[in-house]
Formats: sequence, C-alpha cells, structure tokens
Amino acid sequence: MKPLINSLPETVFTTKVDALLNWGRASSQWYMLFGLACCAIELMQTGGPRADLDRFGAVPRATPRQSDLMIVAGTLTYKMAKRTKLLYDQMPDPKYVISMGSCSNCGGLFQLAYSVCKGVDKIVPVDVYVPGCPPRPEALTEGLLRIQDKMMRERWLVKPARRAEERPEA
Amino acid sequence: MDAKEIYAALEQKFPGKVGDFKGEVLEPYLTVDGAAIVDVCRFLRDDPTVRFEVLSDLTALDWPKEEKIQVVYHLFSYTFNHQIVLKVDLPRDLPKVASVEGVWKVANWFEREVYDLFGVIFDGHSDLRRIMLPEDWTGYPLRKDYVEQEEYDGISTQRAPLVEKLLR
Repeated sequence: MKPLINSLPETVFTTKVDALLNWGRASSQWYMLFGLACCAIELMQTGGPRADLDRFGAVPRATPRQSDLMIVAGTLTYKMAKRTKLLYDQMPDPKYVISMGSCSNCGGLFQLAYSVCKGVDKIVPVDVYVPGCPPRPEALTEGLLRIQDKMMRERWLVKPARRAEERPEA
Repeated sequence: MDAKEIYAALEQKFPGKVGDFKGEVLEPYLTVDGAAIVDVCRFLRDDPTVRFEVLSDLTALDWPKEEKIQVVYHLFSYTFNHQIVLKVDLPRDLPKVASVEGVWKVANWFEREVYDLFGVIFDGHSDLRRIMLPEDWTGYPLRKDYVEQEEYDGISTQRAPLVEKLLR
C-alpha cells in the first residue's frame, strides 16, 4: 500500500477526529456568567483587556443552555446551591466546572457559617479548583488552561473502557 | 428633646408600661411592656413634640440565661434630629409581640428578618415568612442554642475545617 505521507495535496491535512473535536472545543469554551460574590469582580477582570480570556476563545454567556463551562465565582449559600444545581443540569454535555476561590472550594472564610455551602463540589462535580481569595486573573487563566488540557484528553469516538467490554471473546 | 424628656413624656402618657431608662449611653434606651408597644410607637410617631418619623432598625437579642428574647426598636426623628431605643422583653419559649407594621411600613421586612433568624412571632404582620433563608429551613440560626443540621435538602453541611486538618 502506498504511504499516505506526502501523497495528498498541500491544501489537505490529516488529523484524528477526536483531536479535531477537542481542539475545536478547547478553543471555544463559552463560560456561564456565574458571579456570586467578590470573586465575580476578579472574573470580570479576567475577561477584561489585560488578562483577556477572549484570546482563548472563552466568551461569557448569559444562559446555561449555551455554555460549556461554569465558573462558580464566589460564596455559595444553600439557597443558591439548589439553583446552581438546576443551572448545571441545564447546561448541555459535555460540561465542565471551575470552582473559583476559597469560598466555592470549601466554604472558605465562611465555612463555619450556618448558611454557606461548604464547597460547590457538594452539589456538582468540579474539574478544576482555583485557590485564592480571590484568585488573581492569572490564576483563573491558569485554571482555564487546565480545563483546556482536560478537554484535549477527551476521547469521543472510542471509549477505551467500553471497547474492552464489547470486545468479542477470542 | 433629649432622651430624658422623651422618657418623661412616655412615663406620663403610659404609666407603668415603660421603665429601665438608661440615658448615660451612646444610644439611650428604655424598656417597654410588650402589650403596649404599638400604642407607644404610634404615640412617638404622631406626637408633635417627638415625631419619630422613621424606624431606623428593628432587631433582636437572645439571652438564654435570662430566658428571654429582646426585640429592639431604633427610632429616629428627622424633624428634631433625636433618637431613642425601645426594648421589649419576651419569653424565650414563645416570643410573641404585636407588629408595628401599621405604624412604620418598613417594619414589614425588619420583622420578617427577626422572625427568620430568631423565631419571634409578630402578631398582625401581613406577610410573616422567612426573608433570607430558604422557606424549608429548620431552626432559627441566631439563637444561641442553634445547632446546624447534618444536611440541608440532601446537601451535606459537613466538611473538616482546614485548621483542624493542618493541626493534625
């Protein structure tokens, strides 16, 4: 068989479908605006011209139905926790969550308060925890890059676990 | 009018219903009998020599040892630029007092807040619901003997405090 390398015209290039999907996904993470407290100010700064999340293709969306990523920025109360779960459920798969700041990581400064949820991971699965009170825009950018790394490792066409399961007995 | 004169006027108008006047503090206060609170408030608002137009704050204190809950009314007059604080002592097992919503409309939210956090029941309030906590909350968190529930609505409220983890 003729090797594929150098056999195609220069305008055509080959890749894996997974890699293409992941590249597209990682380069356009639309995050849901979910500012709950002072971390939201830092989130706005991160979206602003200096840190500029837009250069990674990350733009804010005002609705969960168009979002890939939820950045939980701020103190999560129990009253809000139920709504957070609802909003998370409304997001289409695949979806990712960044827990931004001490409060949404573990309750932070308000951990002993009766009304504050002790971490957003009590209600939704969290992919990346960004420490800080509040985290600087650089830290949040780093968190977004870690989400990109995670996205690039996803496998959509073939799931290894399932393949082993469905393999016919030899 | 200073606080002493206000107290004297109240004592004259409501003998036996007011007492425990403290004038040598930053915000002078006096204790009012719970049954007379609406009448006292209406008098303080309408009397042309006093004219407390505004209820700046309404809050409460919990005294477990004395077995009482104290509701505190902060009154202020724009006309005369003077202020007074009224306190009402209620039994801790069934704290119940008449609502002053009919005197100052703003009392509506203040009283809902006190109901929310202390469990004081305001008779005659038009809409006595929790104002900040979720409606299905158990207990009154600002009472001294409040214990946090194990979980709220399926959400666990437990997490090892970081300090303890570090000290271990």
